[in-house]
Amino acid sequence: MNPMKALELHSVFKSFGEITAVNDLSLTVDRGEMYALVGPDGSGKTTTIRMLCGIVKPTSGELRVLGFDVQKQKEEVKKRIGYLSQKFSLYGDLTIDENIEFFAEIHGVYDYKARRNELLEFTRLTPFRDRLAEKLSGGMKQKLALACTLIHTPEIIFLDEPTTGVDPVSRRDFWKVLAALLKTGITIIMTTPYLDEAERCSRVALMDNGNILMADTPANLKKVMNGEVVEIVCSDIRRSFALMKKHHSVKEVQAFGDRLNIVINSSVADMQQILVHLQENMITVNDWRVVKPSLENVFISLLTDRKKV
Amino acid sequence: MNTIEVENLTKRFGDFTAVDRISFDVKQGEIFGFLGANGAGKSTTIRMLCGLLSSTEGIARVGGFDINKEPNKVKENIGYMSQKFSLYEDLTVEENIDFFGRVYGLSDSDLNDRKKWVLDIANLNGRENSITQTLSGGWKQRLALGCAVLHRPRIIFLDEPTSGVDPVMRRKFWELINDLSAEGVTVLVTTHFLEEAEYCNDIILINAGKIIAGGSPKELKQNYIKHPILEVQCSDVVEAMEKIETQSWAVETSIFGTSIHVNVEDEESAKANIRSLLSSHRIDVVNIERITPSLEDVFIYLLEQQTKKT
Repeated sequence: MNPMKALELHSVFKSFGEITAVNDLSLTVDRGEMYALVGPDGSGKTTTIRMLCGIVKPTSGELRVLGFDVQKQKEEVKKRIGYLSQKFSLYGDLTIDENIEFFAEIHGVYDYKARRNELLEFTRLTPFRDRLAEKLSGGMKQKLALACTLIHTPEIIFLDEPTTGVDPVSRRDFWKVLAALLKTGITIIMTTPYLDEAERCSRVALMDNGNILMADTPANLKKVMNGEVVEIVCSDIRRSFALMKKHHSVKEVQAFGDRLNIVINSSVADMQQILVHLQENMITVNDWRVVKPSLENVFISLLTDRKKV
Repeated sequence: MNTIEVENLTKRFGDFTAVDRISFDVKQGEIFGFLGANGAGKSTTIRMLCGLLSSTEGIARVGGFDINKEPNKVKENIGYMSQKFSLYEDLTVEENIDFFGRVYGLSDSDLNDRKKWVLDIANLNGRENSITQTLSGGWKQRLALGCAVLHRPRIIFLDEPTSGVDPVMRRKFWELINDLSAEGVTVLVTTHFLEEAEYCNDIILINAGKIIAGGSPKELKQNYIKHPILEVQCSDVVEAMEKIETQSWAVETSIFGTSIHVNVEDEESAKANIRSLLSSHRIDVVNIERITPSLEDVFIYLLEQQTKKT
């Protein structure tokens, strides 16, 4: 037990009937981190978060939040955390102010007015405080939901896919609010299906089948990429895609609008024959270069390698 | 050959102009990205192009048919799939396919052929009798796409098709879209996730009902971003960002994991400024390098320019 740690999970299992949703999961998160859980549907992300919030009981294993045992000290944990679920609901017929007041009462915060003003400033919602929640844009609703989650000044917040369905401008705004929150020392745990978003986190856990394949900083995760990513700018992208898909040296191929990305073991060893193969099939290669792998490249390659084993 | 031709298309609701004289063409077999923030006029435009709404001014032809004069012809020739998937959750997979097949008036034998095809592309063989509700997002999405193209439309509209779908399924979905496009099907797609817009051959960006930029992903990145973007790797990113964002040479600052992205006026002077600023606060700089902007960077930049103009 270490009160300096935000989260400590030891060999956590969770089964629903015959389905094992979380399978021997161990994980540590430091205070002040912005930590992402990333993985396919059904990989156990949401179940993990719900166990940490005390909503779902683990089948076995130990979960500690801020040093408190989630099973035995549930109330201690509840006071100190905030949870923004995928289905977080606001009251459409209440104003921004009233929604926050409502959540303050639920959490037993009676002296909430100063905190509410602070949160409205923080999320830049002050000018709209008298507007009904149903009249807000998607991005503003999301920020209001976040403000409600923060009313009792939690030390950790759990955000389950907070930016799904939010447009890019509002999303960037939301990330600014999160960055500002981090400065206050809060710990943020989030799930996202978008790996470019996970790159904004201090550490990322890649999950599959209820377990963590790998957890590290985005920069370190990219170093474990098995192979190299090569960007090819060429004619007839669709036909080149089909050719690359069948080529024995190509492990992965992705067709973008104006280029292809392929994953190969080594550009030095493999590129020559790939270029010849494309030329023989009347494809003009205008340019090619080795590019840095994205987190998505790393994740897909880890999942693929695992399935081969 | 153009499958979609739009000329000065305008839609007004009372005093409000939702779509303001937009013009663009989409070539056959293209994957065309139609981007904009919420409320920019995307949905109104798509509804017009699907023959569901007539235009106030201007014309659009979809598959050769005038949206105002032959809206029913337009509807017959297109497929539409939205983020809400429009599947009946309480029906089985097969019942959903049958339902859409009958709506589109397919013959029994044709429906059987197409059902096989949908089950194949959606990888749902053996799950014909599963209740749709029990499928995960990625499976539902491919079933929805299959249902939307049962009648072999030459043009499909995808309205935020991958919202909330996981990375592995999303990649498979785009492979499917690429296959359709290779067969000559034209795809017009809206998305909030700009890394997905990279899959498009051509993109237009609309704001307040007007087109503000267009081109291939590469052209957009080369032509519109005037400020270099620097990636700064350093010891304490939160504190470093606090210091950098107040500087006059930092146009825009954001945290990316263990690094910071800063849009600057001038690359060389900014690099020197960042180093001296951070070292004066005892923050260790590991590396500073210029990076290629993402489409999201381009998009945000363009929208901010628009906001400044108004």
